Amino acid sequence: MTAVHRVTPTTPEDASEVMRAAAATATKVRPKGAGTKFGWGRPIDEPNLEISTARLDRIIEHNEGDLTAVLEAGVPLQRAQEAFARAGQMLTLDPPLGDNDAATIGGIVATADQGPLRHRYGACRDLLLGVTVVLPDGTLARSGGKVIKNVAGYDLAKLYAGSFGTLGLIVEVVVRLQPQPVKQLTLMCETDDAERFSRAPLLLSHAALEMDCLDVGWRDGTGTLMALFRGAFPEDRAQAAARLLEPTGMTVTTTEGVAPWAEQRARQRASEGAVVRVSGRATDLFTVIECAQRTGAVLVGRAGLGISWLSLPASEPNTLISAIEEMRSELSPRACVLLDAPEEVRAGVDVWGREHDEGALALMRRVKSRFDPAGLCSPGRFLGGI
Amino acid sequence: MRHLIRELEAICGRERVVTHAHALRTFESDGLLHYKGTPLAAALPDSAEEVQALVRVCHDARIPWVARGSGTGLSGGAVPVDDGILIVLSRMRRIIEIDLENQRIVVEPGVTNAEVGRAVGPGHFYPPDPSSQIICSIGGNVAENSGGAHCFKYGFTTNYVTGLEVVLSNGEMVTLGGKELDGPGYDLIGVFVGSEGTLGIATKITLRVVPTPETTRTLVAYFDGTDSAGRTVSDIVAGGIIPAAIEMMDSLSMQACEEATHAGYPPEAGAALVIELDGPEAECAPLFEDVIAICEASHATGMRIAQDEAERALIWKTRKAAFAAMGRITPNYYVQDGVVPRTRLPEALRRIDELSEEYGLKVANVFHAGDGNLHPLICYDASHEGEPERAEELAGLIVAMCVELGGSITGEHGVGVDKKRYLSKMFSEDDLDAFHRVRCAFDPGGLANPTKVMPTPRLCGEVPGPYRRHPLERAGLAERF
Repeated sequence: MTAVHRVTPTTPEDASEVMRAAAATATKVRPKGAGTKFGWGRPIDEPNLEISTARLDRIIEHNEGDLTAVLEAGVPLQRAQEAFARAGQMLTLDPPLGDNDAATIGGIVATADQGPLRHRYGACRDLLLGVTVVLPDGTLARSGGKVIKNVAGYDLAKLYAGSFGTLGLIVEVVVRLQPQPVKQLTLMCETDDAERFSRAPLLLSHAALEMDCLDVGWRDGTGTLMALFRGAFPEDRAQAAARLLEPTGMTVTTTEGVAPWAEQRARQRASEGAVVRVSGRATDLFTVIECAQRTGAVLVGRAGLGISWLSLPASEPNTLISAIEEMRSELSPRACVLLDAPEEVRAGVDVWGREHDEGALALMRRVKSRFDPAGLCSPGRFLGGI
Repeated sequence: MRHLIRELEAICGRERVVTHAHALRTFESDGLLHYKGTPLAAALPDSAEEVQALVRVCHDARIPWVARGSGTGLSGGAVPVDDGILIVLSRMRRIIEIDLENQRIVVEPGVTNAEVGRAVGPGHFYPPDPSSQIICSIGGNVAENSGGAHCFKYGFTTNYVTGLEVVLSNGEMVTLGGKELDGPGYDLIGVFVGSEGTLGIATKITLRVVPTPETTRTLVAYFDGTDSAGRTVSDIVAGGIIPAAIEMMDSLSMQACEEATHAGYPPEAGAALVIELDGPEAECAPLFEDVIAICEASHATGMRIAQDEAERALIWKTRKAAFAAMGRITPNYYVQDGVVPRTRLPEALRRIDELSEEYGLKVANVFHAGDGNLHPLICYDASHEGEPERAEELAGLIVAMCVELGGSITGEHGVGVDKKRYLSKMFSEDDLDAFHRVRCAFDPGGLANPTKVMPTPRLCGEVPGPYRRHPLERAGLAERF
């Protein structure tokens, strides 16, 4: 195996030159941000060249009046948020940021990572107004624009969000911002009755409460529901939510601020053990909790959206593999994607699971081959070995 | 040709394949009447299977096709390709499933936008609300990534589609997404929504709906001109307020709307803002007071606050009737859909005024001010020699200005035929090449709505098997690069 060379371009044009040269010599490349989610996706052979976005780290524009910003891919999200906060604004994207809050905007977009604010504001795909990418042949291409409303051309930002470096390198993104809230209230309640608990989020998600977040957790036989209300006067809504929850018998506490959310976010990740993301429906919560209990997993969920993270404690690779397989068979046909896991485990199961629609998978392969005919960008890392 | 028609008839039945020149006139244009095309036939399938069979016949015969919903589009996107087949989806109007517990609705493409709203109401609502919502179809909304007045707060069609069943141009049917989010793989739904019928036909659409807000408050504020109205919009948003909608009308469009709906707009006002806030009562009420104060501080000359649902409905009816009402003040008009960053609105409006004067053509402005999406309506009289051309030239200059100010050539109407010549003002050849790769992945034969979106026809390379001339090449409309 040849050694991995690492290049750190300083401009999008630089990055384009690097990619062009790599393509000309059929060199396999792997884009890299801060590397906080480097273990996600299928394990692949070491590529010959790693293109780092570490020096593509400028905040190009922050258009305060327009509530938009242009960021190079290597900008750590935390640093961008600090800049936006100085103008009383924020990017409503709050995934776990990894060690030293290092996660970059490019890495978050490439893996489509997310946090509790997804409930109201959507995923990366929904927050992107435009993207500039280096295609696998070195072409520097832009899609979208800088305005919040724009339907000119195809929306490549959505194609690149969650593409795991298989279609080239994201070098720049344009995002929509929101004003920072005046006040934030966190509502929490607990119970050990899984059935009763599973119905609770639906009581809130169907009400006109304009919650920013609606999450659940299930750990050691106890469920925790969390809702975040933001605005100038969130008290009334928190009270209304508490009233809606009365039939469940849970005792509701409301605290100012967002302190409990950091821990909730952090549970989406695991430095040991394994994390499986389940794509279900809002009404599936009870089924997913049962599965978590049977497999000894901790659950974190976006209850209104039906997305859950099941985190298995550290164990022998074979034990983890059989627990993951048990989850998959119990939760089928829901997609169960393995995120954090030791390399042996990732090598022992299909990280992405099976795509149920063969035609859709074939279409994805055709997209890959039009963008990367020689298969040079992160080959094998994605669904179906794309 | 006869043989082809017979095949289409075998699929849909004779009565649902239109071939008579007379009958085909119904389908020659979409909402933008100055583009016309005559297809070989228009077929009106009843099911996804029929759509699939029709597309397969076209694929085997290498005949291009265009999908059409209700035909309300404003970019010529549904104009038939001459000697192609038009696939009209207006008969596919079944609501397949309403799953309110999971906040989803599954529909066929011909269901109208308003029908979706009715089906999930009153507890839930479907936010994208193009002005044509009473007749425009969800399939068309998906193709165009339709917006509407309430997109500023709630987003566009693309933010609400979670699943699609799509017939590709080779006749394959694929399922993308579903009721669930975050399935593994590329986000092909994100690419398909807004692709203007060039990547396939959606035959089943799963949409996300949201709880109806607790309260809605609406007002109309009048100003002496668009300048002060434009500054008011910026002040409101800079104050941290995200209204559900902020719409602007200038005096000319108000005059037209007034004649059509008699809503009681003061004739002397130079501009009006329709501002709507929605959400929880406790948030909305004080913010609404803030909005009123900002309007007053910006020297609003008058204000009308909707006292009940009927008054609110009238305000919106008036605003949404704007395009249709233009007929009362001008024999012809040409509508543009450019976008500028919101902070550049006053400048953009001033420049439109200057251009209007220079060209001696009136321009009415009625638009989504919150997101900077202009809809200048360029008034002209087609019976005056040279006026249509001057109007078009003026429109081109407005679009160029939008791009120059950092905006877009189209905010919600799509590129279609009408704006494809402007696409290269916004995107480089390399950008267009990236778009083309997507198109080739979905439709290597170039049969799905060809001649739309891309400024110059392009063919896809790597056609497997022996080289055969593409139909567009044979017709001399395109050449292989």
